Amino acid sequence: MTDKDKTPKTTTPAAEYDKLLEMRGIYKSFGHVHVLKGIDFHVNKEEIVALVGDNGAGKSTLIKTITGVHKPNKGDIFFKGKKITIHSVSQSRSLGIETVYQERALADQQSMWRNIFAGREITNRFGIIDVKTQRKETERLLRESMGFTSKAITVDSQVVFLSGGEKQGIAIGRALFFNADLIILDEPTMGLSLSETKKVLDFTRKIKEHGKSAIFISHNFYHIYPAADRFVILDRGKIAGNVKKTDISQEELVLKMENLAKTGIFE
Amino acid sequence: MLKKPLLLEHKLDLSILIVFISIFLLFIIGNPAVFSRFDIYYSFMSTIPFTAILAMSVTLIVVLGMMDLSFPSVLAFASWIFGTVFTVTGSMPLAVISSLAVGTLAGYLNSVLVVRIGVPSLVATIGSMFFWRGAVNVVARGKGISLVAAQDTFLYKLFVGRLGGMIPAQFLWMVAVAVFFWVLLKRHRYGAHLLFVGDNEQSAEMMGINVKKVKTIAFMQLGAFSAFAGILSTLEVTYFWPSQGQAYLMAALAAVFIGGTSVFGGMGTIFGTFMGALIIGSLEAGIISIGLSGFWIQFIYGLIIMASVSVYATLLRKQG
Ligand SMILES: Nc1ncnc2c1ncn2[C@@H]1O[C@H](COP(=O)(O)OP(=O)(O)OP(=O)(O)O)[C@@H](O)[C@H]1O
Ligand SMILES: [Mg+2]
Repeated sequence: MTDKDKTPKTTTPAAEYDKLLEMRGIYKSFGHVHVLKGIDFHVNKEEIVALVGDNGAGKSTLIKTITGVHKPNKGDIFFKGKKITIHSVSQSRSLGIETVYQERALADQQSMWRNIFAGREITNRFGIIDVKTQRKETERLLRESMGFTSKAITVDSQVVFLSGGEKQGIAIGRALFFNADLIILDEPTMGLSLSETKKVLDFTRKIKEHGKSAIFISHNFYHIYPAADRFVILDRGKIAGNVKKTDISQEELVLKMENLAKTGIFE
Repeated sequence: MLKKPLLLEHKLDLSILIVFISIFLLFIIGNPAVFSRFDIYYSFMSTIPFTAILAMSVTLIVVLGMMDLSFPSVLAFASWIFGTVFTVTGSMPLAVISSLAVGTLAGYLNSVLVVRIGVPSLVATIGSMFFWRGAVNVVARGKGISLVAAQDTFLYKLFVGRLGGMIPAQFLWMVAVAVFFWVLLKRHRYGAHLLFVGDNEQSAEMMGINVKKVKTIAFMQLGAFSAFAGILSTLEVTYFWPSQGQAYLMAALAAVFIGGTSVFGGMGTIFGTFMGALIIGSLEAGIISIGLSGFWIQFIYGLIIMASVSVYATLLRKQG
């Protein structure tokens, strides 16, 4: 890992591209199983895209081609206007793409300030951690960026005491802190109660407030309707629909999804 | 500024300190004549460092949620190398360097079994424990090596000499090693990674921590420090013997767990281990000098270990 990754990058000035991420004609198959069959997909700047679809539709596979876990068999990926091939998770991270998973994001017994900087510690050249700065930055991130108000949550708190929604919040905050431009949330509300889900949605909004984008994956679009700007519906490896929230009400979306399940057409 | 609540870690450190002080108070009250003179402390300072250094080094393995039972055997083999190289070449620096190198290599071998091949650490190191002890038996053929000639060397004085005729040098080494490990675990990037890997390996990987490297280094440092402890203990008595190190296995592990480091990984305290080693190392002499017979020693070890781990388990449970 280079030094550049360890310290927060300064916000990049508005660059010469109109789509943050663009994927064209993505195909992916595992042996004879064709999982992605010509996907065109994009994410704009400061946009939260909800990726919706049934179990096995290919949502996780699609994002894994973005995060470098899988290599597509065919198709092009553009990030910030530049054509890229992503070979590894660490490469996608250094490009500014970060994934937040439900259970795998944080280490329970470690304090907040250690979790935020895990793997990207601020150190001197002997590797000694600058505890003061890490704590200060964590405090700032908690209070200012993420809007944690509870006095029970401090920089010294162990993660184990946080609720599921708060854990997601910390993981999102961490991604923002290190200036990820695209944050991918794969089922971040899975197993969470209604009130915890609401917290995650609030944190998701922060992503936009910070001028960044997100892909929010779920097969429960009730959860994501409030936070999303646009809905991309994936059905058996193909894009079945692409609607802006301004063009559709939650009721209409539900009806169309039901229709899709019955007839295979998103209408 | 909010008053910071006492963290679990500090509670653990505080309780081990209280145990340590109580035990010494008991000794002092039990036999003021012995415990008010320097002699007993001099003897502690010359014997405890070997266990303490091993215990602190193995703490890093325990923080990873792993175990190593092979370090006493590695210590013995590295000591044999040390004694043999010195006897053959007469060069102390060469003997030290080859011993440390062999110890580090033995640690690397453990990491190959555990990290590359995927054998659980407990199982792997049961194997290497027999392997290295067996290797010592084969090469030494049951015979010891006298190292009286080493007494004239500079390194002898540096490692186990007596500072001002009073302070055993190995005691100062122990303190230096303690500071080193404390900084490493609590303040160094490597320590942060160690804690993270021990806590949640998947998450560590996701955060770009090189999990395999972290584990490999942990085993290698234990190999190196086993050799170092072996060199110190060999020089202290100017003699190598094939069953060397065996007594340190349980003593060092007991020190780690009395100290409050969790067997589940993800947390660990060098201060606790250090205190644990002091307690374990002073109990024997203390028990005898307060007038109990030697038959009590293991009984009281057991009592203290059971009591301290119960306190820690309770602290952990209450916290949750
Ligand atoms: N590594 C793989 N090898 C073979 N088949 C795979 C592999 N990964 C995914 N698949 C298959 O691809 C299809 C799509 O899987 P994917 O995980 O992308 O779906 P998903 O939309 O994320 O579903 P869910 O909502 O259940 O998470 C499934 O039929 C799955 O069995
Ligand atoms: Mg999935």
